[in-house]
Amino acid sequence: MTALTTPAVALPPANPPAPIKTSRRWGTPVAYVVAVLVIGLMLAPVLFIIIGGFRTNAQITTDPSGWPSVWNIGNYLDVLTGGTFWRLVGNSLIAGFATTLGVVVLGLMASYVLARYKFRGRGILYATFAAGLMFPMTVAITPLYLVVKNLGLMNSLGGVILPQIAFALPTTIIILVPFLRAIPDEIQEAAFIDGCSRLGFFWRMIVPLAMPGVITVGILAFIASWNSYLLPLFILNNDAVFTLPLGVQSFASQYSVDTAKVLAFTSLSMIPALVFFALFERRIVGGLTGAVKG
Amino acid sequence: MSVRENTPTRLEVDLASGGATGTTPVAPPVRRRRSSSVGARVEIAVLVGPALIVFLGFVIFPVVMAAYYGFFSWQGYGPPTDFVGFRNYVTILQDPTFQEALTHNGVIVVLSLVLQGPVAILLALLLNRKLRGQSLIRVLIFVPYVISEVVVGTGWSLMLQSNGAVNGMLEKLGLGAFTQDWLSNPDIAIWTLMVIITWKYVGFAVILFLAGLQGIPEELPEAAAIDGASFWQIQRHITLPLLAPTLRIWAFLSIIGALQLFDLVYIIWGQYIASTAGTSTMATYLVANGRNAGNYGYGNAVAVVLFLISLVVALIYQRFVLSRDTEGAITEKGTSK
Repeated sequence: MTALTTPAVALPPANPPAPIKTSRRWGTPVAYVVAVLVIGLMLAPVLFIIIGGFRTNAQITTDPSGWPSVWNIGNYLDVLTGGTFWRLVGNSLIAGFATTLGVVVLGLMASYVLARYKFRGRGILYATFAAGLMFPMTVAITPLYLVVKNLGLMNSLGGVILPQIAFALPTTIIILVPFLRAIPDEIQEAAFIDGCSRLGFFWRMIVPLAMPGVITVGILAFIASWNSYLLPLFILNNDAVFTLPLGVQSFASQYSVDTAKVLAFTSLSMIPALVFFALFERRIVGGLTGAVKG
Repeated sequence: MSVRENTPTRLEVDLASGGATGTTPVAPPVRRRRSSSVGARVEIAVLVGPALIVFLGFVIFPVVMAAYYGFFSWQGYGPPTDFVGFRNYVTILQDPTFQEALTHNGVIVVLSLVLQGPVAILLALLLNRKLRGQSLIRVLIFVPYVISEVVVGTGWSLMLQSNGAVNGMLEKLGLGAFTQDWLSNPDIAIWTLMVIITWKYVGFAVILFLAGLQGIPEELPEAAAIDGASFWQIQRHITLPLLAPTLRIWAFLSIIGALQLFDLVYIIWGQYIASTAGTSTMATYLVANGRNAGNYGYGNAVAVVLFLISLVVALIYQRFVLSRDTEGAITEKGTSK
């Protein structure tokens, strides 16, 4: 809601400081107009979902694109007081945090070796992990489903978490290895001279120094897990273990006549991701662009 | 420059420091003193082992098995025994439904580049100036990218229903003649899909380009401005060429993503309607004709075809488009942060 009003608030004071550089004077108002237009287009569907949840089905049927004549919070209350939504959020949180933890721990350990140990086969090892980028989950999905089934992990969050960790490792390692390499050798030398073992160096120096990279990697893994659809679709067939994306879809088909409630459910399910994004926006953007450039 | 010279010497430093540890009086681990290479090997195994096992077990093994199963006619019960050689592949390539899906993927690849590229470049150029609330604008443009495909799919399909909000809005604006069956009319559906894809992913391109633009030294456009170049001349002759590496990387990601598109199509159109509405992709064909139809062998063969097509496109792109950038990346490997 506030998101809609803030750009409008940001607009008025914009005109006075505009003519900073003579060559750009005419362009700046255009930039604002375009920016506002684009933001309107980007947010309109999101607002439709959120506002639609405040309407009744009768309103939506007679006037699909209208404003709520009476703001009706019943749909939202129904969703929030029902158990389904919270169970889905819980499952998604478990899957997200477990995936993030696994990716960070395994990825950091492997990246440390790849970045700071010299041994035969290091290049091949790095290339193996990097090659994982070429295999999207789609290609491996059927055998992956069979592997998970043979491990007895069908219909359990573990069956989603382990493959998600595996498929997040290539990106993680590719981001973290240069990061760990950049830690100056002098620090390592000083630590070794002071009698620190390589493992001690890992715990006392690498882990704290790598924190910014680790946070970026962790956030990327969490969001990927939060939004993941194909893998849970194959692995989870039971409502009790559904994650949020599956839950939204099944809710939408189950209550397909109750559009308003579906809209309320959908908008509530995007709130966690939006809050998460608002908190970590800089890291997420930096991580994505860094991952691409690096 | 000096950093680059440092790279080979780090090897020696590593070795030297390893030796130094052995001689220091401050009680280093015993195994290290006796033979640092054995100790190091144990450490390597302990540190890389878990990641490697998970990675090999859940990424490499399934991929290899996909290639193997692809040669069988197999319903998923018991081990595959009915070896059919390349018959699955022949069937796939001759199946008009697959050819349609492949065509759709091609259309999506091209339209993604053509629609998102120019829009994102213009937005990035405009947003790269000093704007009030620039960081807020950047966040808001990025919102659709963060929302999950399921939410996007559910929301858009409700809006685009024949009695949905988009048609309702058009009628209110007196454009009732333009109302359409956006989702199921096969002449329009792929364009509807493109609008949704553009909406969802253009923010990613903008953010990427903005990061690229901010890496361009301010002196260059300033010098050009002093020499009398107009804003658009500066963009055309200075900014865009310098942005080219970012553009090439983005195009690569966009192409690969378009070839493997699954979620949005499957959520909005489902497995059956997608092909009649003309929006099926190789990935939805894979799921519909593989697991959902109980033909595991066939589904895996589709996966292999999808992978090989992506791989060939990626290699061609790397060879002919990205090669300039990768040469730079490789020669500067040691110096990059």
